[in-house]
Amino acid sequence: MGSPSTAGQGQSSEPISGADILVQSLIMHGVDTVFAYPGGASMPIHQTLTRYADKVRTILPRHEQGGGFMAHGYSRTTGKPSVCMSTSGPGATNFVTCLADAKMDSIPMIAITGQVSTPVIGTDAFQETPIVEVCRGITKHHFLVTRTEDLPRVMKEAFHIATTGRPGPIIIDVPKDVQIKRVVPDWNVAMNLPGYRPIPAVKRAQLQPILEAIRASKRPIFYAGGGLTHSGAAEVFKLFAELTGIPVALTLHGIGNFPADHYLCLQMMGMHGTVTSNYAVNEADLLLAVGVRFDDRVTGKLSEFAKHGKIVHIDIDKSEINKNKFAHIPVHGDVKQVLTELLAMVREDANADLVGGGRYVPWLQQIDEWRDAEPLVFDERDDCILPQAAIKRLYEILKERGQLDKTIISTGVGQHQMWAAQFFGFNHPRTWVTSGGLGTMGFGLPAAMGAKVAHPDYVCIDIDGDGSFLMNVQELACCYTEKIGAKVMLLNNQHLGMVMQWEDRFFGSNRGHTYLGSGEEAPYPDFVKVAEGFGVKGQAIVEKGDLDAAIHAMLDHDGPYLLNVHVPHQEHVLPMIPSGMTVKDIIKA
Amino acid sequence: MRHVLSALVQNQPGVLAHISGMLASRNFNIDSLAVGETELSEMSRMTLVVRGDDNTVAQVRKQLDKIVTVVRVEDISAEDFVERDLMLIKVKCPAEKRAEIALLTETFRGRTIDIQTDNVMVEISGSEGKVESFITLMRPYGIIELARTGRIALVRGNPKARDDE
Repeated sequence: MGSPSTAGQGQSSEPISGADILVQSLIMHGVDTVFAYPGGASMPIHQTLTRYADKVRTILPRHEQGGGFMAHGYSRTTGKPSVCMSTSGPGATNFVTCLADAKMDSIPMIAITGQVSTPVIGTDAFQETPIVEVCRGITKHHFLVTRTEDLPRVMKEAFHIATTGRPGPIIIDVPKDVQIKRVVPDWNVAMNLPGYRPIPAVKRAQLQPILEAIRASKRPIFYAGGGLTHSGAAEVFKLFAELTGIPVALTLHGIGNFPADHYLCLQMMGMHGTVTSNYAVNEADLLLAVGVRFDDRVTGKLSEFAKHGKIVHIDIDKSEINKNKFAHIPVHGDVKQVLTELLAMVREDANADLVGGGRYVPWLQQIDEWRDAEPLVFDERDDCILPQAAIKRLYEILKERGQLDKTIISTGVGQHQMWAAQFFGFNHPRTWVTSGGLGTMGFGLPAAMGAKVAHPDYVCIDIDGDGSFLMNVQELACCYTEKIGAKVMLLNNQHLGMVMQWEDRFFGSNRGHTYLGSGEEAPYPDFVKVAEGFGVKGQAIVEKGDLDAAIHAMLDHDGPYLLNVHVPHQEHVLPMIPSGMTVKDIIKA
Repeated sequence: MRHVLSALVQNQPGVLAHISGMLASRNFNIDSLAVGETELSEMSRMTLVVRGDDNTVAQVRKQLDKIVTVVRVEDISAEDFVERDLMLIKVKCPAEKRAEIALLTETFRGRTIDIQTDNVMVEISGSEGKVESFITLMRPYGIIELARTGRIALVRGNPKARDDE
């Protein structure tokens, strides 16, 4: 993001409406797309948007939550701030889940909500909700704009806060009278953020202990997370890992920041991570935690996690350091900046001993043993399509077609999400889009759409489950009307698979409302018919022999597409470290 | 352990709600929270008394610092600081007890600020301990009601250059 330019706008002395100031400000901040659902309290903004249609594309989702997750897809695949809009009251509350999700996963999303006019705020007016009150804890910051004059400053502050430091969502609540009132905007107004210092300065001396720890270590490992994505550190991270020869375990959001097909890559760690990565983290004598927050789905029982080693924790959010796990060497800083400095340091003669192979031969041999003994596997069945097989074939076919480097995958939440993380190999950051922290079902389709809007030349596929898909299925209408060619590969097992898996493991297989079918023979609903009703082409398959052709048909089709893959529901995501347990309790079969 | 945190915050609507909401949602226990304007009209000072181990208090401090409208947070417990709590206390006081309560009030350097036929209202300020002791002394007479500001605190001398941890 460059700094907002006022070029072309000039310092006009003509008064313009708040809605005009808002939209012009979006343009100045480089916004080219908004995902916006109109309503009584946001109509003035939409009227303005019609006049700026050549500069800003307005996409009409079919539910505000769909619009919010399209914004997620846009931001998560570009790193740029994204904008979604709604009216007051129910429109605004439909953003709550999107904002909470963006807070958890550090997404620079800006939600602009209409609000009832200032004179009636607090009177329980029609469609009034105190949305700023509702959203305080689930946003990085929030604004209720009470004067039109404040809009240029608020917009500047919103974009600045959303995109700097640890990124996060912002809500800007704009009463209707503020949108309508005309004032002369002061575009050069300064921001008023005396308490906001997003970029900590890291001194070289602080990093020397890290090199000493590496020097003393025989079994080091990286525990790398989404912070690498947000700070754009994948490239320098790869250089550093390769130069030092230290193996890498990735979190769910770390995926893509280190090539899946790299020798040093131990794939995902944590609850459904590879046996190898979890063993390695457990046995390591040095854990290099970069851009991570020691989430419970990664650590399991905290006191047992990585307890044999020293912990180095590098993160831009100092409240994450020592929050869950004590760090022997804490570094509060931007991951990219720190890794760049560390890379420069290991390239110096004094640190030549840290470079090149040979340092960790026994350690890497041990890792290779685990890797050979405990690969990610599933049964090769011929009588049906297993969900893991469908994902693996999708990956292989995209690779064969030479499209892998221009593919973005999004997911819903559940078993299919974990299988996608396990069996699809990601080599680039921002090509894997998933709701990690909040775990929001219904995320996949709109996220794939937002990704497709931002990357028209990419293949954008939502790998989804039937439970998640149905939660935002209405956005197929938006796919059709806005000509957004997102694809859905639906792994349809007629169940809430992940909950079902826990029922099988911990509740004697008693089904507590996890069956989604109708009880009749045929699968329910008929998703291909649903898609057809929205004008979206689709195909359903059951036989393994039809899988490859169906995947090719989906990829060949120009436009949105639903591939409904009927899969058995008995599969479990493995390996699995049950919640709150340790690597010793890992379930492998 | 008891820590006194002093926070300078932007004087804007919703800041107090934001901070108290954060403290509640993260399960932090706060003994007292006092807020008032400062020498700068755009800033308020918030004094929080937090009980917890060093790690908990460090988290409270970092989480406070993360709030955009919080300009500065300091744990002043280890420094040379002055702490005051102001209390208004209304006690049952028939005429024959007036002298007795007046004596206690004077000993505590308080002031009697209202006298009714059967009760008095006393103003006491000072450290938490002093205020607590006065409450204990008044209990036998019958406390009708009381109100306290919560603790406010400032470090003596010129503020140190802030550490940017």
